Amino acid sequence: MVGEVTRGPWSDAWSRLRRDRAALVGAMVLGAVAAACFVLPALIGLDAVATAPGIRHRPPDLQHWFGTDSLGRDLFARVLVGGRTSLLVGLAATAVSVVIGTAWGGVAGYYAGRVDEFMMRIVDFLYGVPYMFLVILIMLLFSDTARGDLLPVFLALGLVQWLTMARIVRGEVLALREREFVLAARLAGAADSRILLRHILPNVLGPVIVYATLTVPSVIILESFLSFLGLGVALSWGELVAEAVSVVNPIRSYWWLLLCPSLFLAATLLALNFLGDGLRDALDPRSQP
Amino acid sequence: MIGALTLAFAVALLGAASFLRPSWVRVVGALLLAAPPVLLVSERWLGVLVGAGAAALAFRFLPIRVLRRVVFLVPSLVLLVFVTTALMYAAPGSPFAQERVAAPQVEEALRAQYGVPRSAIEFFGVYMERLVVEGSLGPSLKVQGRSVGELLAPALPVSLSLGLLALTLAVGGGLVLGIAAGVWPRSWIDHTSMGLALVGISLPNFVIGAGLLIVFALGLGWLPVAGWGTPGHLVLPAVTLAAPYAAYVARLARAGMLETMQQDFVRTARAKGLPERVVVLDHALRGAVLPVVSFLGPAAAGILTGSFVVETLYGVPGMGQWFVKGAINRDYSVVLGTALFYASLVGVLNLGVDLLYAWIDPRVREQL
Repeated sequence: MVGEVTRGPWSDAWSRLRRDRAALVGAMVLGAVAAACFVLPALIGLDAVATAPGIRHRPPDLQHWFGTDSLGRDLFARVLVGGRTSLLVGLAATAVSVVIGTAWGGVAGYYAGRVDEFMMRIVDFLYGVPYMFLVILIMLLFSDTARGDLLPVFLALGLVQWLTMARIVRGEVLALREREFVLAARLAGAADSRILLRHILPNVLGPVIVYATLTVPSVIILESFLSFLGLGVALSWGELVAEAVSVVNPIRSYWWLLLCPSLFLAATLLALNFLGDGLRDALDPRSQP
Repeated sequence: MIGALTLAFAVALLGAASFLRPSWVRVVGALLLAAPPVLLVSERWLGVLVGAGAAALAFRFLPIRVLRRVVFLVPSLVLLVFVTTALMYAAPGSPFAQERVAAPQVEEALRAQYGVPRSAIEFFGVYMERLVVEGSLGPSLKVQGRSVGELLAPALPVSLSLGLLALTLAVGGGLVLGIAAGVWPRSWIDHTSMGLALVGISLPNFVIGAGLLIVFALGLGWLPVAGWGTPGHLVLPAVTLAAPYAAYVARLARAGMLETMQQDFVRTARAKGLPERVVVLDHALRGAVLPVVSFLGPAAAGILTGSFVVETLYGVPGMGQWFVKGAINRDYSVVLGTALFYASLVGVLNLGVDLLYAWIDPRVREQL
């Protein structure tokens, strides 16, 4: 996809990224969390739904590493299985937002003028709407779907997160469309769609990747908001934190219920932020010395 | 019919907003600014009088940039009402769908009584007409015998005070941390405040809130756990709400400060022999806060959004709870009322940000 011509800058960026210790640690933490969430439960036979009335609200011990919840379910299993939802939502909703944002910004920037003006007005309008409204309203559209079906969340979150991406891409494309190589392609008789996809798109990939990495944590946070409000569709870290908050009381503290999912959430979000910052330093030509 | 016309008018005005000549922006903007007093003041003649006065003052004194935003804001609000209505109608269920299946005549009678036709565009027309002619948000469809205005009136000061306090905390706290970090880069102050900022940015606010709740309310007993009524009830929700935005402001202020300290005019100020305090506070600060000021608009919108969660966490009786409740119950008019409130608040705050920006940056002031 990247092609021979652009190998230079990309391998430069790669070598810069490899020297960035924070970004590397971020990538490793992410890999470890993802592996734990997707592989570990099946590997060591953890069950996130089996209830055991005899062992309700047990603090962490050797058998239940993260303790048990109010129904005696193993919290370690629930944190790992919940992490699948959070990670999947983060990736898929970001993918939706990248597709919409890049297409919208690319078309607006490439055709410029009135088209650009009109399309960016729509973006401005959506910026003025507090996005949680739209998320909740879009989720309502799918209120008939079964629990565990993640598609509504992918769409609802992806549909509100593309605005900044569209602005970034539009700005880049506005500058790129005036460059000689685009003129050359046009003179050679290339269609608009070909110029956009083959000549312009590879050049905006850097900023798109950087911003997408930084979108993933905000999407994960948004999903946890939804779960917290009781609008979630599957077990996730946000839902676990909400469960923990609902049993907060002045007499007994079930600290592990809050701490364990929060730590996983925090580690993942921090790692993503570190990786995103590292990618920005590596890919953004302006920050190069 | 009214619905379709209003929608077409709003979309046309929105499309035209960026092509209008300045003289037209002035006229249209001033006229639109007259609308809120006319709608909100209960005595119609008084409202018209105040509206006319507001329009005249706006026409004469307001910068064109602000008026342009007004011309954009009002049709956006109309469009928002339409989009919200359309989404609510498209969602499964209706405000009159109950467990017990009522006779179709009963539902028709209820729809007629509450003014909820079967099509979204007709409802939009009824809603807009009621809003403009009576200045009313209509009856609640779920809470018997109460109007949306009555329901939301007690929640308004709650949300407003919580939001404004959180915004103040976010900007004040973030600026202090960020400027200190920028003035002494690589010092312990820099490392501490950037560490705090990283935590604030990467944790969802309800996790921070739950932690604060356990430490300060349950552990130390300094503050009430939940509820509303005393100033103490305001502290934890406001801090929770402010945390992520304070973190972002701190980062922006630090970057702005570092950049401004390299500028020629700062070197000149130092070369003149001004004391360092004057150089930092009088000369560099102005440049460093500009990125923060332009972040205020998005921050306000984000704080309002975050308030849904924080209100739920601390049991604060604000507008966010009404929105969530209304959306789940399909109480169309409650949802539209809260949506209008939030969107106009964000719009007005953005207007304020524009004015503030012009006041701080002389380069922008000259363009007005």
